[in-house]
Amino acid sequence: MILDHIASQRGDSDQSGSAKDLSRRMFLRAGAAAGGGLMLSLSLPFASSEVEATDGDSFVPNAFIRIDGDGQIVLTMPYVEMGQGTYTAIPMLIAEELEVDLKQVRLEHAPPNEKLYANPLLGVQATGGSTAIRAAWKPMREAGAVARTMFVSAAAKRWNVDPASCRAQSGEVLHAPTGRRLKYGELAADAARLPVPEHVALKHPEDFKLIGRPAKRLDTPAKVNGTAVFGIDVRPPGVKIATLAQSPVFGGRVKSVDDTAAKAVKGVSQIVRLDDAVAVVADHMGAAKKGLAALAIEWDDGPHAKLSTADIAAELEKATLNSGPVAQNIGDVDKAMASAVTKIEAIYQVPFLAHATMEPMNCTVHVRKDGCEVWVGSQVIGRAQVVAAKTAGLPLDKVVAHNHLIGGGFGRRLEVDGVTRAVQIAQQVDGPVKVVWTREEDIQHDMYRPYWFDRISAGLDEKGMPIAWNHRYAGSSVIARWLPPAFNNGLDPDSTEGAIDLVYSLPNMHVEYLRVEPPGIPTAFWRSVGPSHNVYVTESFVDELAAAAKQDAVAYRRALLDQAPRAKAVLELAAEKAGWGRSLPQRVGRGVSVQFVFGTYMAQVAEVEVSKNGAVRVRRVVCAVDCGTVVNPDTVQAQIQGAIIFGITGALYGEITLKNGRVEQTNFDTYQMLRMNEVPAIEVYIIQSSEPPGGMGEPGTSAIVPAVTNAIFAATGKRVRKLPVDAAALKQSA
Amino acid sequence: MGFTIKVNGNTHSVDVDGDTPLLWVLRDVLGMTGTKFGCGMALCGACTVHVDGAAARSCITPIDSIGTSAITTIEAIGATAAGAKIQKAWLDLEVVQCGYCQSGQIMSASALLASKPHPTDGDIDDAMSGNICRCGTYVRIREAIKQAGQSTGRGG
Repeated sequence: MILDHIASQRGDSDQSGSAKDLSRRMFLRAGAAAGGGLMLSLSLPFASSEVEATDGDSFVPNAFIRIDGDGQIVLTMPYVEMGQGTYTAIPMLIAEELEVDLKQVRLEHAPPNEKLYANPLLGVQATGGSTAIRAAWKPMREAGAVARTMFVSAAAKRWNVDPASCRAQSGEVLHAPTGRRLKYGELAADAARLPVPEHVALKHPEDFKLIGRPAKRLDTPAKVNGTAVFGIDVRPPGVKIATLAQSPVFGGRVKSVDDTAAKAVKGVSQIVRLDDAVAVVADHMGAAKKGLAALAIEWDDGPHAKLSTADIAAELEKATLNSGPVAQNIGDVDKAMASAVTKIEAIYQVPFLAHATMEPMNCTVHVRKDGCEVWVGSQVIGRAQVVAAKTAGLPLDKVVAHNHLIGGGFGRRLEVDGVTRAVQIAQQVDGPVKVVWTREEDIQHDMYRPYWFDRISAGLDEKGMPIAWNHRYAGSSVIARWLPPAFNNGLDPDSTEGAIDLVYSLPNMHVEYLRVEPPGIPTAFWRSVGPSHNVYVTESFVDELAAAAKQDAVAYRRALLDQAPRAKAVLELAAEKAGWGRSLPQRVGRGVSVQFVFGTYMAQVAEVEVSKNGAVRVRRVVCAVDCGTVVNPDTVQAQIQGAIIFGITGALYGEITLKNGRVEQTNFDTYQMLRMNEVPAIEVYIIQSSEPPGGMGEPGTSAIVPAVTNAIFAATGKRVRKLPVDAAALKQSA
Repeated sequence: MGFTIKVNGNTHSVDVDGDTPLLWVLRDVLGMTGTKFGCGMALCGACTVHVDGAAARSCITPIDSIGTSAITTIEAIGATAAGAKIQKAWLDLEVVQCGYCQSGQIMSASALLASKPHPTDGDIDDAMSGNICRCGTYVRIREAIKQAGQSTGRGG
């Protein structure tokens, strides 16, 4: 649970507080809203202390519930919607306790404000790491319950009856003995004058009306008729469109530009030259692209002109020859290894990956003499505002940043390099300019899922069970750059999640992680982050151990899960539903994986067919999940379906390579995506649980990769130790 | 050079080069942003519109190739019988995640349904494999097309 770990480092490890604890840790305030309604603000622990220190008694809230006189409930959303359903699930938490219909809730994007809208699990205003529901689970329900309690008090006062004889339902307060009722809107002004209760009771799970039941997504209708506004769709009056070419080698510079032909293109108004990029500004993207193609740019490639992926892999390999910071140590691995009957070792590698969000990178900026306005879909709108201010040389309060729907995040929009770039261009343009990356520019100037190189070995006893587990790997630490306080003693909680905390009982375990930053290629978070690598390696290797022990892959794992009943339960359920053990045709195999990452237990069984020429087709995937309390089961299903497809794409096709310092892949022909005709049947089984919610956006991606590669082993006898899958290596020998 | 095109029943005159892709005329000149940019090479289908009822990738359709053909975009597809059925099925089955590719998915699916009211899995593969969804909503897209294919009457 990496992000909980981060939170605990920030002194907020109390995840299980009572309502009383919560009221101490949370600052709630009610007041009259501008429209004469009740405004309830809540602020989360460490954010509020900072605010109090700076603003004295006028602390600024973390999130708003505003209830107007007409009963309209407006919620300011600190988490951004990028398809994961957070704009439905977060309102469900509030509506559940507030006793209102989901249809009564209206949503607004939160403006940038690190103090007000920091994600309590991350410490910054960010949507990522599958944290939104985990972070919001208690505070948002608490906020709803406080407001509900105050409405009941206001009604009871007006009727001069005992509050205990009143109850809230469907946006009104009811006095059952007399049948009197008052709508929230009618009570808002009264409620705003009441003190905030110190103690409120949260509903018991058996009384939930919304949580746990499928809910219709609130953001969907606008997405089927073309009216939804993504960042790329904003059109401030007079906006120009720009597209750009950045140095094809990271770290290179513009040597010379001949823009004569580009300027002659109809609709092109301006060429903007930066140190390491050139942009064409035009009336429309068609003209901008045509102008870009007409530019003759000479680049100074800089120090990485000869860099190749093989150079980086060799450097990582070399790094793993020496020991590094110890991420986990249980028992005595050396001693256990010495006594092992069988020893197994392997090397695994995973490639750089691009995000390839369907909405290409874009950012719209209007720089004026005294201020700057930014329109962008961002997972970190607060950071977007900060870099815009820094780049434009303006104070923060002179920068207005508008957040928008995101056409796919997957970690890409946790970065603000695109905002910096757009502001640099906009500084030279009179009026607003929308900078749109071509797909080629988007893929070739992404910030990539790191390449990792792993050495792993194990010792088995006479029964074939693991008595020693030794794992060392090297790769980039995204956390060290993105959230430096969470990088300590050479380790970070993301790079190690899924490698140091396996679901299995391993008596002797030793794990080392070496941070090695590759030259000439930037790295970033990518859906399922550290576990996208670690779960692939560890679950592949457990499969290798089962094979070496000549045991069934499910039975072998089950025998190691006595201490992890929730993991065992998902494994057994997935195996049962998949028909594990039933015979399959030649060149068809089943593979399994089990994991506990992002606070969620998951097991998957993939059924894979490998053709004679080595082409891999995933036919069917069965997933069993225990993610604690489910808020919106339909979203859980959807997230797992999507995450599985995301992972299969990565396993079968995903690879970014460098040659002469340049990313070789350009568009969806050379960086392929899984398509409709390749999609497997997917079944998802959710285990009912009243544990706190786990993360849901990412676990499906890390779990599917080893399930697929283990299935390839079952079908062909060939172990996939390097991604993506190499079809040529799976060809059937004649 | 000026071109006059018919989009969703309305006539528009635009002054752009003849090789300008329809996509940019729609989005940047006419301000109809429902049609999306994904790849610029007809590899992803995000920009799909209908030209005389047939699905076309607007990112590689030059404006001078359109002539008097009728263009239909996501903004007006709900006015067609097939489009309305598809939109309803998309909402009923909660297909959408980030939503960015869905304009193109819906346009491809509507064209399919208009020509084949009861599409098979093979028909769906053929018609929809040119549309990429990075969120991975394919499973539900297939179900939704089948549901729309089973419904009768306008709007299902």
